[in-house]
Amino acid sequence: MEDKLIIGSREFNSRFILGSGKYSLNLIESAVKYAGAEIITLAVRRANSKEHENILDYIPENITLLPNTSGARNAGEAVRIARLARELGCGDFVKIEIMRDSKYLLPDNVETVKATEILAGEGFIVMPYMYPDLYTARDLVNAGASAVMPLASPIGSNKGLATKDFIQILIDEIDLPIIVDAGIGRPSQACEVMEMGADAVMCNTALATAGDLPVMAEAFRQAVQAGRKAYLSGLGRVLTRGASASDTLTGFLHD
Amino acid sequence: MENNYFIDSDKLSVSALKKKHELENNPAVRTNHMEYMDGMEKINSDIRDRIISAMNDYDYNIYTPEDVRKALQHERCTIDDLKALLSPCAEPFLEEMAEKARLETRKHFGNTVYLFTPLYIANYCENYCVYCGFNCYNDIKRMKLNTEQIEKEMKIIADSGMEEILILTGESRSASGVEYIGEACKLARKYFRMVGLEIYPVNTEEYRYLHECGADYVTVFQETYDSVRYEQLHLMGHKRVFPYRVDAQERALMGGMRGIACSALLGLSDFRKDALASALHVYYLQRKYPHAEISLSCPRLRPIINNDKINPLDVHEKQLCQVLCAYRIFLPFCNITVSSRESESFRNGIVKICATKVSAGVSTGIGDHESKYTGKENSSAGDEQFEINDSRSFRQMYNDMSAEGLQPVLNDYLYV
Repeated sequence: MEDKLIIGSREFNSRFILGSGKYSLNLIESAVKYAGAEIITLAVRRANSKEHENILDYIPENITLLPNTSGARNAGEAVRIARLARELGCGDFVKIEIMRDSKYLLPDNVETVKATEILAGEGFIVMPYMYPDLYTARDLVNAGASAVMPLASPIGSNKGLATKDFIQILIDEIDLPIIVDAGIGRPSQACEVMEMGADAVMCNTALATAGDLPVMAEAFRQAVQAGRKAYLSGLGRVLTRGASASDTLTGFLHD
Repeated sequence: MENNYFIDSDKLSVSALKKKHELENNPAVRTNHMEYMDGMEKINSDIRDRIISAMNDYDYNIYTPEDVRKALQHERCTIDDLKALLSPCAEPFLEEMAEKARLETRKHFGNTVYLFTPLYIANYCENYCVYCGFNCYNDIKRMKLNTEQIEKEMKIIADSGMEEILILTGESRSASGVEYIGEACKLARKYFRMVGLEIYPVNTEEYRYLHECGADYVTVFQETYDSVRYEQLHLMGHKRVFPYRVDAQERALMGGMRGIACSALLGLSDFRKDALASALHVYYLQRKYPHAEISLSCPRLRPIINNDKINPLDVHEKQLCQVLCAYRIFLPFCNITVSSRESESFRNGIVKICATKVSAGVSTGIGDHESKYTGKENSSAGDEQFEINDSRSFRQMYNDMSAEGLQPVLNDYLYV
């Protein structure tokens, strides 16, 4: 069965997106390999360095670069960073990150919608990082987003699915790919969110803080695949209380 | 135990020497350090009062090992936890603190470590701060770089590979005016991707002007948050005005700067109280200006020209490490800078625990980068503010950080 992740008009086999900011460039190649990733993020502000101008050398072929706008504090700044990314040759994908809080780095949903509208209008394939709110997600759809990236818990926290119920609402109600980003700390959490029906998972800190990055990357790949398979196969029902009788309660009804 | 700060130069005139001694020995002749001077802006803020009252209330001797253990177990570090971690009782827990600090650093910064270098463009100073090599009574070679000299220095530094620069001056408005500093910022933007400032405190509109000239980060060292001790160390000049200095970072943010850095100079006063005050200073600023990028430094006293005995007294490397770990645990997202005042071995170790920013290729002198970087003779340089400890070049630092398993970052910044 062919099961592709489609973002914009692009098709991907992998449903694991890799962050790149918290470990050495020379580990990217093995991280990509073991994670089986086809998309890797890149902070434009970090790439804005003579030292990192060759970051593309570290990105294996056939990998799609997903530049992000981290450092932007409002829509205008995010738009300028996205345009710079395009000029730098990073392609048309952009992950919008707009934060006005240096402590938790929580995304500003209102500004994110504004930036999405502008950048989608300029032909970008826009993937906005957002706090999982249904109205915002709908606004992002209308603004022309190509995916929605709700956070699972505060970025870098490795705390897992703190916003689980709200992510589920987005999965159920939004027709765009839902890519869960930020806060996923363990492969089991990645697996769980894929079982819920998320379309992909993105991780950075979970790998960067692991004892052995390539091995953890592989564990995440397997977890994401397992969760996806479980979702596609249709999870067995889960009983919330009591037992299930083998004879149905209404079996006596005849006409 | 106390440093002997008072050094008389034989070049001072009889009247200058008399005034110096009066300032040193007779508090009555000194100006009121809590009173603003003409032209100093007053802002409406309660941050200073909150820092000072928390610091005054801090009795670090009441904390027990149990308090420290609890602080280390808490998922979020409260202000009271921070007080426990800064207390003498926490010293035996240094290894546990380092482990927790390292985990927090990795979560928020990964394995990155930023490199930057300071550029002193002038060492004229109108203040008598008794511990500082630039103080107006110290017999040093004074110098102020002109535009061509600044540009030459910047080129040399940029050629070494550095992308972030911190521009410094002595604290003299008359010799190094705001416009002069602004011109240096404009030049710096030609050569560097990020420009920070460490100059005398200025008013909001002056910070706004400097921001427009290209500076985006302001560092002000408070030296000590104990106003009584501050008064005994800053005997003359505008720097003597304690409240104007504490409010500097807030004015910088009001003027549009993206980020600020705070610090006490450890060794001047009660370091545990000063460490608490420094951490609370950035904490309260970040709560009021949540978008602001915040940073802490943790310098210790160093020997200066004409006084090689100055030292940080009871703040040994162990205590410094304790303070830095406490900072990290309390403020996991905060940048922490450890300068070349510290040794190579200390810096190699501390970047693996909690420091996220280190300087390299450092000179605290004026106009001597060419001689320091290339060995070319230069007899016209201005003297240094203090003696540095770690003299590694940019390239050497880059390689050493890489060898420690870290990822040197030269720029993480966009002017947008």
